[in-house]
Amino acid sequence: MALDIQSAVDAKTARIALAGELDGSSAPALRETVDRVLGGKPTQLVLQVEKLSFMASAGLRILIFAKQKQPGLKIYLVKPQPGVVDTLHKTGFYDGVYVTDDEPALA
Amino acid sequence: MDERIDFYPTHEVGGIRFRRGRPLPFGATIVPNGVNFSIFSSAADSCTLVLFHKREAEPFVEIEFPREFRIGDVYSMIVFDLDYENLEYGYRLSGPWNPEAGQRFDKAKILCDPYAKVIGGRDVWRAKPDWSDLYQHRARLSFDDFDWEGDRPLEIATKDLIIYEAHVRGFTAHPSSKVSAPGTFAGLREKIPYLKSLGINCIELLPIYEFDEWENNRLHPETGELLLNYWGYSTLGFFAPKAGYAATGSLGMQVDELKNLIKELHRAGIEVMLDVVFNHTAEGDQRGPYISYRGIDNRTYYLLTPEGYYYNFSGCGNTLNCNHPVVRNMVLDCLRYWASEYHVDGFRFDLASILGRDQNGAPLANPPLLESLAYDPVLSKCKLVAEAWDAGGLYQVGSFPAYGRWAEWNGRYRDSIRRFIKGDAGMLGEIGNRIQGSPDLYWYRGPTASLNFITCHDGFTLRDMVSYNGKHNEANGERNNDGANDNNSWNCGWEGETDDPGVNALRSRQMRNAATILFLSRGVPMLLMGDELGRTQGGNNNGYCHDGALSWLDWNDVKRETGLLRFFSNLLAFRRAHSVLRGDRFFEHRDYVGSGKPDISFHGTRVGQLDWGGRCLAFLLCGKHATPQDDDLYVAINMFWDGLPFQVPQAPEGKRWRVAINTSMPSPEDIYDSKGGPQVGSDEIIVGGRSIVVLVA
Repeated sequence: MALDIQSAVDAKTARIALAGELDGSSAPALRETVDRVLGGKPTQLVLQVEKLSFMASAGLRILIFAKQKQPGLKIYLVKPQPGVVDTLHKTGFYDGVYVTDDEPALA
Repeated sequence: MDERIDFYPTHEVGGIRFRRGRPLPFGATIVPNGVNFSIFSSAADSCTLVLFHKREAEPFVEIEFPREFRIGDVYSMIVFDLDYENLEYGYRLSGPWNPEAGQRFDKAKILCDPYAKVIGGRDVWRAKPDWSDLYQHRARLSFDDFDWEGDRPLEIATKDLIIYEAHVRGFTAHPSSKVSAPGTFAGLREKIPYLKSLGINCIELLPIYEFDEWENNRLHPETGELLLNYWGYSTLGFFAPKAGYAATGSLGMQVDELKNLIKELHRAGIEVMLDVVFNHTAEGDQRGPYISYRGIDNRTYYLLTPEGYYYNFSGCGNTLNCNHPVVRNMVLDCLRYWASEYHVDGFRFDLASILGRDQNGAPLANPPLLESLAYDPVLSKCKLVAEAWDAGGLYQVGSFPAYGRWAEWNGRYRDSIRRFIKGDAGMLGEIGNRIQGSPDLYWYRGPTASLNFITCHDGFTLRDMVSYNGKHNEANGERNNDGANDNNSWNCGWEGETDDPGVNALRSRQMRNAATILFLSRGVPMLLMGDELGRTQGGNNNGYCHDGALSWLDWNDVKRETGLLRFFSNLLAFRRAHSVLRGDRFFEHRDYVGSGKPDISFHGTRVGQLDWGGRCLAFLLCGKHATPQDDDLYVAINMFWDGLPFQVPQAPEGKRWRVAINTSMPSPEDIYDSKGGPQVGSDEIIVGGRSIVVLVA
């Protein structure tokens, strides 16, 4: 299943909506998108992942990449599916992101 | 300013661009825009890098190292524009086939990098492998981007350690564990509160380097049970964690999951010690598979007979050539990697005496590897613990080359305490030494050189030690011929499980006796997973091949064995509360602080009168000699079968003795909390048959 990526930057908030599966083959496209939206120096990155059914190592590593690229960046995962949350917990990524059911306010 | 470009492609094969690499470090290292591959072989004629997309049978490219890419005996190259997440790599080495000269090159084989940080192929525990795959154990890249959030090794003083020896899978694989991912690093992480409440501060994990649970798999001829390599003492790759121990192994995230476990254990004040197996590899003898070392540089990595066969000091087919400078460096690189990249706090070396043999197998007086480990700057705060013997007959308990750094699994402690508990007479001189941290063995090293244990993964569990006279290993499918025969165990009157309340009461008491002696001895105590819950293996003393109820911890026992668990957790708390039990110096048997009594004194049933040929031993520890100052403790051990009156020494001025432990009493009067139990009303106490009383004042 392919990955659909939609992005928008609003003030200091970058939004990316993902649908499908984020695996090794689709991760480079997301990485490119993240790289591009971080160019605007947002303070928060909001990932809409309600329709994301699977996130592999490559996808999680993009979150780290974003934090490394822009220290202090707040990353929100909005409505992740249980499988994604579970992987975040087991691998320790959970501590580095904000998991939420609601879209955060604009920064 | 423009970014510098130091690495640029100079060659191309099939659209893949590459250039000469850097010989160090060995292994695959991510560099700007590419990956540096470096591998050593002293005898190969040529070397080819083989690159795969993850899990694919056929490589997408094979690149032979051009002659100019070899420096000395090291082949290195940088390959550009690789998809790191989706890459697997291996090597083909071409060279002479001359087994008598120790060379066994075979270019048809694809070999795993000895420095592989991640190895695929056994991603999910017990998932049946594709045996047709030419490349079974597939090297992958690792990423060092884990967020440790300031974590570092804990550096707990060795004298204060309380070690818990556990099997990652066996700890939570049982459905009763109720964790979200049974049998994994993540499952273990969910049970940290249990470890914390038990009171241990170091967990020693049975091997977690990548191994193949399918190695030597077979069906039990009668029961049909699938027997696997469950323990994992058979390393495929020294730098890679066992993928099948990670719930996220199928995602290739075992590195992150293990690091997350270690970080959380550290947050709970628990150190992590790894049981490491450098004495042999999973390649077996000349009949074994080609995985890595054999096909890369057989003569360097293994101890070989003059005829080119494998020396077998490990009992597992081959012996790693640990004191060859190249192999020695690999061991050092490996341990430094685990200490720095995984924040591991210490290592227990399986069959460590092999690490002190020279290239012909002879024991060395001054083994370079052991010395290097002892003085290594990166490992300087790591605990180093030797299993100070090997399967080739070298037994070095008390004489392992220590360089002031190494501790030892004290096998003599285990054997002597077991014999004393089962009622052997004439043990008191021996037991006196063991309780004091074995000054007869470690007089020049101190009591923290003595890692005290009565049970470990190898042998009977504590409950089985008091329930079986002999081993019952029929389930291993070797007609009960495997496993040790000298168990020093006693079944308390009936072989195996029984409803007899008298036998069961005695067993409960004997388990408490063993635990009390262990945690009141000077040195470093180690507890076997599940002994605190009375775990049984049904008399099997060699559970290496059982991935099932026989070897898993049954968490229902937490509710069934509340009394025993309470005894253990209070006993561990007692040890933590009393500095007089945890000194890092040997007792001097004299008063050097002016307290009016020596730091330790031994007694019999009468104060100052010890019957060395008997079965009763009492000792008094003077708390004023401890740092910080502590209470006095009086310990009366009666391993005679009847109760006996013990004369109690005078309590410190202005204080009264209180009962802390009495193993002859039913729970909860068998052990009291830190405030102590009832006061002792007279200068004589009755210590029940096969019982221990501990008083505190």
